[in-house]
Amino acid sequence: MTDHRTDYYAARKHAHDHGDHVHDPHAPLNEHDNGPPSEYEIMSRAMQEILEAKGLITADEIRRRMEQFEEDFPYRGSRVVARAWVDPAFRKRLLEDGRAACIEMGIDIEAERLIAVENTPEVHNMIVCTLCSCYPRALLGMPPTWYKSRNYRSRVVFEPRSVLKEFGTELPDNVTVRVHDSNADMRYVVIPMRPKGTEGWTEEQLAEILTRDTLVGVTVPRVR
Amino acid sequence: MNEPKSHSVGKSAYAPAPGRRFEVGDRVRVKRRFPPGHRRTPTYIRGKVGEIERICGAFPNPEELAYGFDGEPKKVLYRVRFAQKEVWPRYTGPDRDLIEMEIYEHWLEPAMAGTSDEKK
Repeated sequence: MTDHRTDYYAARKHAHDHGDHVHDPHAPLNEHDNGPPSEYEIMSRAMQEILEAKGLITADEIRRRMEQFEEDFPYRGSRVVARAWVDPAFRKRLLEDGRAACIEMGIDIEAERLIAVENTPEVHNMIVCTLCSCYPRALLGMPPTWYKSRNYRSRVVFEPRSVLKEFGTELPDNVTVRVHDSNADMRYVVIPMRPKGTEGWTEEQLAEILTRDTLVGVTVPRVR
Repeated sequence: MNEPKSHSVGKSAYAPAPGRRFEVGDRVRVKRRFPPGHRRTPTYIRGKVGEIERICGAFPNPEELAYGFDGEPKKVLYRVRFAQKEVWPRYTGPDRDLIEMEIYEHWLEPAMAGTSDEKK
């Protein structure tokens, strides 16, 4: 069996395809549960306890923050880009100053700057952070495992077309592949091209096809 | 469709950095230096020649912030566009493919024509 910890393609496929096997209901839910807590987990826990004891934060605030990361943040990027698809003036503002455009929608991206990059018939954009895993978390939630993998981070910058192909995205040679290494203070989001067959759709319908992977640029939105 | 090409050099409403050394379109070389410490300039781009794509503004210096200092004075941050063929001479994709990233001003120097470190 493929090792899902080291093979992000397998992990990705695994996440979407459970057709051929049944999960052991008693398997550990988290690989960290297999051993003693790491030094960082202990430090993090100790820090939380001290801050709670000093009355600076509460356990409920921490829980609420984790809940936002899972239930709110992952859907914000889709909403912002869906708005850009239906409102050309908003799209222009998003391209000029991503942070300010998000604030218009009541979204604080919690980073200095957001740069939105637009796919066109001539250009396909994709995002990577080779140095660590910088990611627009307040728009897309937590980065997927493959985004943080050494495999993705090291290969996207020098063989982006091979990586895209492995994600099922084949681009002709007349399309420029424009890779963005998110290596310092900016955060990035891709504005994909709106596919044919979505005429008259509401923003909510459009947001459905604006998946996380389309906003990172490893795939393009499709009408299912 | 009459869309502007989004890979034309960037328009940005961001606060321009006063006293900056480079403008959009300038050709620059990333310094080929290997100092120790926390650096946000990837090793693979050092020595490569590109073009200023946009000026991001002035930000606290991450090389100082990383060690608990205040990051002052702020440094001007640029986005620099490189041809993949310049970065990786053995790049197998089309010549038009691009890679862009953020480089702080103190890592950049003006590039003269034909002075790339890599043999063409």
